[in-house]
Amino acid sequence: MIPFDFEYYKPDTVEEAHKLYTQLNLKGKKPIYYGGGTEFISMARMNNRYAGAVIDIKGIPECNVNKIEKGKLVMGSAVTLTKIAESNLFPLLGYISRRIADHTIQGKITLGGNLLGTIIYKETMLPLLLTECQLVIYGRDGNRIVNIIDIYDRGLNLNEGEVLVQITIDEKYLTLPYRHVKRTKLEKIDYPLITMAAIKDGDNISVAFSGLYQYPIRSLEVERLLNDSKLPKKKKVLQIVNNLGIEVLDDIGGSSEFRKFIMEDMLNQVIEKLQEVC
Amino acid sequence: MIEILEPSIVTLNVNGVDRKVTVKPSDTLLFTLRNELGLTGAKPGCENGDCGACTVLVDGWPIKSCLMLTVEALGKNILTVEGLKNTTIQKAFVENFSFQCGYCTSGFLMVCHALATVQPDANEAVIEEWLQSNICRCTGYEEIGNAIKSTLNQINTMQG
Amino acid sequence: MSDTKQIGVTTVRKEAWDKVTGAAKYTGDTITTGTFHGKILTSTCAHGLIKSLNIEKAKRSKGVQAIITGEYLPALTGSIIKDHPPIARNKVRYFGEPVALVVANTEQEASMGVNLIEVEYEPLPVVNSISDALKPNATLVHEHLGTYYCPDATVYPKAHTNMADQVKIRKGNIELGWAESEIVVETTINLPGSDHLSIETRVAKAEILPSGIVNIYTSSQGPFAVKEEISKNYQIPEGNVVVHTPLVGGGFGGKAAIQLEPLVYLASFAVGGKMVVLSMTREEDIMTSPSKISTEGIIKLGATKEGIIKALECVYYVDCGAYTDTGPRMAKSIAIDCSGPYNIENILCDSISVYTNHGYSTSFRGFGHTASTFGIERAIEKLAKKLNMDPFDIRMKNAITEGNTSPTQEKITFSNAGNLVACMQKLKEIINWDEGNIRQTEKGTIIAKGISSFWKTSNSPTNASSGVILTLNDDGSLNLNFGAVEIGPGMKTTAAQILAERLKMDISSIHVFMDVNTQLSPKHWKTVASMTTFMIGNAVLGAANDFISQLKEIGGIALECSQDELEVANQKVFISHRPDIFISFKDLVHGYQYTSGMSIYGQIIAKGSYIMSRLTPLDRETGKGKPAVSWTVGAQAVEIEYNPKYYSYRLLRAASVIDAGKVINPKAARGVVMGGMSMGLGIATREEFIYDPKAVLSNTSLRTYKLLRFGENPKYAVEFVETPQIDGPFGARGVAEHGILGIPAAFANAISLAADDEFNDLPVSHETIWKKKTGGKYDTL
Repeated sequence: MIPFDFEYYKPDTVEEAHKLYTQLNLKGKKPIYYGGGTEFISMARMNNRYAGAVIDIKGIPECNVNKIEKGKLVMGSAVTLTKIAESNLFPLLGYISRRIADHTIQGKITLGGNLLGTIIYKETMLPLLLTECQLVIYGRDGNRIVNIIDIYDRGLNLNEGEVLVQITIDEKYLTLPYRHVKRTKLEKIDYPLITMAAIKDGDNISVAFSGLYQYPIRSLEVERLLNDSKLPKKKKVLQIVNNLGIEVLDDIGGSSEFRKFIMEDMLNQVIEKLQEVC
Repeated sequence: MIEILEPSIVTLNVNGVDRKVTVKPSDTLLFTLRNELGLTGAKPGCENGDCGACTVLVDGWPIKSCLMLTVEALGKNILTVEGLKNTTIQKAFVENFSFQCGYCTSGFLMVCHALATVQPDANEAVIEEWLQSNICRCTGYEEIGNAIKSTLNQINTMQG
Repeated sequence: MSDTKQIGVTTVRKEAWDKVTGAAKYTGDTITTGTFHGKILTSTCAHGLIKSLNIEKAKRSKGVQAIITGEYLPALTGSIIKDHPPIARNKVRYFGEPVALVVANTEQEASMGVNLIEVEYEPLPVVNSISDALKPNATLVHEHLGTYYCPDATVYPKAHTNMADQVKIRKGNIELGWAESEIVVETTINLPGSDHLSIETRVAKAEILPSGIVNIYTSSQGPFAVKEEISKNYQIPEGNVVVHTPLVGGGFGGKAAIQLEPLVYLASFAVGGKMVVLSMTREEDIMTSPSKISTEGIIKLGATKEGIIKALECVYYVDCGAYTDTGPRMAKSIAIDCSGPYNIENILCDSISVYTNHGYSTSFRGFGHTASTFGIERAIEKLAKKLNMDPFDIRMKNAITEGNTSPTQEKITFSNAGNLVACMQKLKEIINWDEGNIRQTEKGTIIAKGISSFWKTSNSPTNASSGVILTLNDDGSLNLNFGAVEIGPGMKTTAAQILAERLKMDISSIHVFMDVNTQLSPKHWKTVASMTTFMIGNAVLGAANDFISQLKEIGGIALECSQDELEVANQKVFISHRPDIFISFKDLVHGYQYTSGMSIYGQIIAKGSYIMSRLTPLDRETGKGKPAVSWTVGAQAVEIEYNPKYYSYRLLRAASVIDAGKVINPKAARGVVMGGMSMGLGIATREEFIYDPKAVLSNTSLRTYKLLRFGENPKYAVEFVETPQIDGPFGARGVAEHGILGIPAAFANAISLAADDEFNDLPVSHETIWKKKTGGKYDTL
């Protein structure tokens, strides 16, 4: 039961959605864009989230695209994790999607919802960070296309009222060798202690983590050490883990020390499976 | 564009029948099914998407009805446990003693029914993936596993 | 059906098809318009004075009908010690405690009202552990302990302390026991609090009719206890309180507590008797409603070099949380069975109930025995290791058997306890013990087996009773009515099987009244303690005997013969040596009608009842006494695969062998045992309440309070031994709770063996093992 009332809008176009947002915002309705709604409903229920109007973007065709077009994978922000997994256009993202929440909920969570939620893990962000994807964002001046790198800082920093419409990834990334490891406290259906995603482009390995900090991270410093061919394996792993800083999560899921222990193994796996094979 | 700003009478297709029902935008599908339509087979167990007791099928796919607004289900086909009539999975649940208190049963049945319909050739890993969405506190899940496996076997034998 | 055989035959439960069609109704499923909704404001502070509570804004909120606080008709509740205000008054004692209750037209409006209540607390130091509670000059959870009324005369709260009760066992001569011991081990154990987690959260409704009838609808394991409590607390004639309980969506002991019923009664009273419903959210069900006790124990065992146990000295501390509810009775349970199913002649045991600022506790599947089993079994394992003895051998050597005595000095017989050695022998075969209990795989993992025995008895009032009423339908079928609740194990069907067997008739012609209505059904103590089959079964047999004797009386007239010549089977009364001369039940529904049309006798209404036989309270100083009619014994094993590289493990197999006396519904019995085992694995591996330094519960949702899911269970083996309990129905004894009892101990024994360390604190996660093995500091060297 949601302990407040709101208005529901399901626009047919991005323009309409944005216009609605602007108008409702002016009226003080505190509107939100609504994708799968799983996070909104569960937080609203506990009085942790409020909205006076929800704008459901699932009726917007561009937000439901999931195809490869002109050398790019184009995914609408309203595409569900199940669709991403089943279509398997980007296997790494598919694997990650299959390990978020549970199978039934994956049919409701949308890509945009996971990326823009308040949840700290946002595991679908990892492949996007690794592939340096582009985001199609609709705002006051219409569509703008930005590199994720340019607006990612602990989260996607969209401007007030902007709609995340699509994510586009260069096709070359989709088939690169990859590694995905998610470890939880004990069981499969749980938040990660750490989720790691890695890809190998040529000789270069890129790696990103969820659950390590309060936000998903791809660290160029970690990658520099990882790709340093002069460093022996053991040394590079230890250097990385030792330099994680004090921000490593420490919660009821697991201590920061245990996360480091897990991290070490994940890095070893990356090296063994991606670096040491030719 | 769909706009629902206040309590409104809408049409929902439930178990093959169009039903007129009053909804508020903030009503969850679980609430509407139970409190407005009297379909109490879907159960509240956590209202947080964690337990699966409220699972129904929307256009043939399992959905936790506590995490869906009723207004999101407009124009879609909703199937609840009350819409299952003498299906193989129901019989299998009875024969295999796949429940004790019965409270999680509707949700498990809907997931199993969808799986048997969508992917009758599902292997163990797929069965596990689908059924991990729900929680049963009475059994050790073995009997639920037996029921879904026997149902899939029956379907495959009939088709095979 | 000429050769009826209904016992020991797998029988589909009577309500099965209702449960697979959504037709089965639970308390929250009867939704009527015009019902008001209650919503609780819960405390965000674990221990504090309520400095101010402002309900004015909330009162004016849309749809709000009434707001009640602790000042409204205050009365303390509690079945052992009356220490519990249904709504906190002056101070709060745990995080999640009700502080106010808003009644409104809808649940949403009630919530909106709750959000407008302003409350301020003045925090007090928190009692956040058993050791906090017991230290000198400890903060007191209850300043007035010692002045509370105790409905149970055998509980001894200590004024000006946090000690709610102490149960003592003094058996034999402990000094002699130590003198005879050549080897001594000591083990300290710690089992945290955890939740029942029935998938149906608690829900109750109440209305007060102009006639004075108070109707309470509740998801309860003890509707008759609710009736009594509401009547006494609010001075309502008991007959005016009618409690209705339909199917219950899982209980596991948690719904034996009385919590929501006083609240909905007060709420209804506040709105002029209108129906008010209160259903707990999952979070409230976890943090506000009662949960499982946490337990700490120190167990010291002495034995000869041959492994014969000579002495047991143990102390258990039971954290009841903020209110006792049945906590002290679980502490008593731990004490009375502290030896485990082993013959120990010299015992000294203290079991102490303690108040803390944790969520309060109530009965939980196993009723303390999971903790006592864990204590004794971990100690025996240590003893075996020290003696270099096979874990099976040491248990067999000490297994309790006919002629031994229990810790409360009751005589043990095969009938009242069963045959533990037979269970252990069977278990040994099932788990291929002889191939060894530990081995390394090619992958570098370690496969290890751990075992545990258990026993459990009930712990009821000495006058706990049950009753059954039988009536006939025009077609000669029977109605079976009794007051036990169908909470899942299939009790209603079991009772029908017992009746069908005794009357030699087809079970399909027995109609069971599935709900409980305290006005219509004869009283049944509570649907708890695995005693339902035993108590109801005996009452059913009594009713069947009454029914048969009435049938014979009337049959003798109808068939013009002596009653002694008559038999009853297949819904007929017939002459035993001339079965062709008979009269059917359907022709006796309204008595017997002569060919003239004149009728005699009237309807047959049969009754049966049962009351616990010869129970006594325990002696305060020695614990001597008879707390229950029987025990159930069994043996269990868990096999795991441990990966030393990751400090991780997988559950491979779990096995149980239980002496059930007589298995009535095999598939159902197996299912209930497996369910218990699954819950035991949950407790062993993941289930625990985590309190922060302010005693705030950190894991109140299923996102953080984790349960086993599909695919995470091991392969189960469940077998039974059948040593009849002579006073049980067809020899049956209770098995409903028992699957859980030895599993945590067996698991801990397995993981301790595999990881070569001692795991005496539950649950054991991968990180727990890592910490234990490495010190818990990531070491880069």
